[in-house]
Amino acid sequence: MSEKLRLRFEKTGRAVYISHLDLMHTMQRAFNRAGYELKYSEGFNPHPQIAIALPLSVGAGSLCEIMDFRLKEENPDLAALPGRLTAVMPEGIVVTEAYLPVRKTAELKWLRVEGVFEYDERDPGEMAAGLEDFYRQEQIVITKKTKRGMGETDIRPGIRELGFTAGEGLVEVSAVISAQEPTINPELLAEALRQLKPELAPDFAKFTRIETYDAGMQVYR
Amino acid sequence: MDKRLERILPRVQKPARYTGGEYNQIIKDKNKVDIRLAFCFPDTYEIGMSNLGMSILYHTMNSLDFVWCERAYAPWGDMYEEMNRAGIPLYALESGDPVGDFDAVAFSIGYEMAYTTVLDMLHMAGIPLRTSDRPGLLPLIFAGGTAACNAEPMAPFLDLFIVGEGEEVNNEVLTLLRTAKLSGWSKQDFLVKAAQIRGVYVPSLYEVSYNEDGTVAAVSPTQGAPARVTKRILSDFDKAPYPTAPIVPSTEVVHDRVSLELFRGCPRGCRFCQAGHVYRPLRAKKPETLVRQGIESLQNTGHEDVTLLSLSTSDYRPLPALCDGLLEYCEPRSIGLSLPSLRADNFSMEIMERLQKVRKSGLTFAVEGGSQRLRDAVNKNVTEEDVLNTCRIAFAGGWNTVKLYYMLGLPTETDEDILGIAEMANQILHCWRVNAKYKNRGVKITVSTSCFIPKPQSPFQWEAQISLEEYLRRVNLLRSAITARNVTYNWHDAETSLIEAVLSKGDRRVADAIEEVWRQGGRLDAWTDYFSYERWIKAFETCGLDVDFYAHREAGKDELLPWDHIDMGVRKEHLWKEREKAYRSELSPDCRHQCSACGAARLLDRGFKCDE
Ligand code: SF4
Repeated sequence: MSEKLRLRFEKTGRAVYISHLDLMHTMQRAFNRAGYELKYSEGFNPHPQIAIALPLSVGAGSLCEIMDFRLKEENPDLAALPGRLTAVMPEGIVVTEAYLPVRKTAELKWLRVEGVFEYDERDPGEMAAGLEDFYRQEQIVITKKTKRGMGETDIRPGIRELGFTAGEGLVEVSAVISAQEPTINPELLAEALRQLKPELAPDFAKFTRIETYDAGMQVYR
Repeated sequence: MDKRLERILPRVQKPARYTGGEYNQIIKDKNKVDIRLAFCFPDTYEIGMSNLGMSILYHTMNSLDFVWCERAYAPWGDMYEEMNRAGIPLYALESGDPVGDFDAVAFSIGYEMAYTTVLDMLHMAGIPLRTSDRPGLLPLIFAGGTAACNAEPMAPFLDLFIVGEGEEVNNEVLTLLRTAKLSGWSKQDFLVKAAQIRGVYVPSLYEVSYNEDGTVAAVSPTQGAPARVTKRILSDFDKAPYPTAPIVPSTEVVHDRVSLELFRGCPRGCRFCQAGHVYRPLRAKKPETLVRQGIESLQNTGHEDVTLLSLSTSDYRPLPALCDGLLEYCEPRSIGLSLPSLRADNFSMEIMERLQKVRKSGLTFAVEGGSQRLRDAVNKNVTEEDVLNTCRIAFAGGWNTVKLYYMLGLPTETDEDILGIAEMANQILHCWRVNAKYKNRGVKITVSTSCFIPKPQSPFQWEAQISLEEYLRRVNLLRSAITARNVTYNWHDAETSLIEAVLSKGDRRVADAIEEVWRQGGRLDAWTDYFSYERWIKAFETCGLDVDFYAHREAGKDELLPWDHIDMGVRKEHLWKEREKAYRSELSPDCRHQCSACGAARLLDRGFKCDE
């Protein structure tokens, strides 16, 4: 059996609205179009062996998605793979790298994200200052959906770095947040405000994943 | 992307259907084209993107370098409300630009229940609904599709209709529109000239007068428009344009697969069937053409299913060769091949077995009539023996679901015919008991009925529909006759069918009611989520229209039907002859056995004939 392979890809622009499930189908068809045969699982209902590491929520972009897969062919030309796949992708999906993974996805711990909080009527300078204050708290306990229904969660430990810069009509947000265990969806940075400090809650928030790190903040590949 | 849109999209269901950007979409430089066209499908993205006709015409129209044809679909309710609230007009998916700024807007209308959605999309684009309220040349609003069989109910809204197959005539219209735009013609000048193109119907050039009893007295052409508009067809169907690099949706649609069109037209001539008559003459593609197109499309899309489209797949003579050719490519790649509309009477065991290896689904039979006499009357050439034979083979092969489709209210139907439906379900059940390979899995037989709708340009175009009460009486009769535990009976409500009958057989006056329904909030009427029978009935009342007159009245032989000036190929005399034969329960041969000179072959260019 061929080895496990890994892709890094970007998902930006109009592609941010493709849901996780649809992305799996899109990937599958893109491999078909590029002339690669994905390896299928055995069993009653075979499905292609692809796994996208951290599902993105609809509307969020990323420059650092990771997907593991297996091909039927042995020793594929990994240097050619990104180009061949990108050529047959919908707008906004660009494959940047293909390689043999050395690390398990469980070792992926932190994500750098960048985003904007849009304020239609409020002053971004004031907002940025308020945001700094708010996120200086030791605990930020919000109500969120968990596996066992609604529950209280402190999101603060899952935020490693956080900075705000006022711009025109918006505040730029830059953060390093926990990718898994716990998973901090960057959208929670805005949700916390809606719940605890509505006067700072943005009119609209959006994020893009920039880079993946391990527990020691070394770039994860 | 529009900032307002960006805020809405994360909130709505399945936003990927509103963004464009799919693989194989066609992007052009808008400054380098003369005509920007919004090709609209008056239903959701998922339905529209599954429509082969849309896909073909998107590519043929984009083959003109001076045209950029983009797509637009009707947003689902949540998106619709968000767009309204934010003041976002209908936009085209490729560029995101407002449809109201385009030079032309074209609709593909395949069913009557889409009419209100056409109006809604025009309104969402900020375009006045009625052609009389649009004095300028641009945007030109036109439509094609089966709605052209009787364009009258939508006539006041559309500047012109494409009658028949659009591959060539659309481009002729767009070429003329370009000349008109560049030379500054008036709308009237353009329409008068466009009416001279074969297959173009310009409703505003026809004056309609009515008799005292409400029937049509005359439809009079003006300004040189032809007295009858004859539909356009492609004579050389094997060479018909077929896009082997269609758009691949990035989100799930109804049919995520490659569709191959085996032929146009149907050799059978079931008398209730509009499609079986209006797509004639019968033309087929060569199997090698289809295999090539199928493989190319699979390679270009990455789809993992391919399906054979046509009204009657098993009538395609080279079906074995076609299946062999496709399976040779599909089997090693785990690509599924499906053959819908296989007929019970010549179901091929060998093909079934081969498909079974790839995928196995239930058996479906469109039996339509409950007795042999009734099936003969409607010229549905399926015998009980055929169905049972097929079931026997299938059950022995391990299949265990059977779906049977019937219509209630077909001309000449009696209670005895209806009881025959239950009878056949029982026979199939018995057949399963005797032949089933896996008895422990059980069997599931589903009987579905819908209410017969008389359709223009079919032999039953003169017929009356049965009333809602009568339909329910027949449903109850059948319900009480179906007793077996393994047989499920589903009946479609007849309210939609009644409205469909009025819209199918309506004249120009019905347009007011369509507009009224839309004004009262009607859109996406093809969806039970949105359809409101009361809203339609009220609108007919408000507009002074009599539902019975349109749906429940039998038309006379010499009556001028509202659509008689549209020539779909099959001659009216032939349709009448077929109707008379129905009342004698007399079969007509299919085209393969004997041409009954329906009249459609005269549309073929010299040197071409029907694929008999
Ligand atoms: S002309 Fe004859 S063969 Fe051709 S479609 Fe009509 S009946 Fe069939």
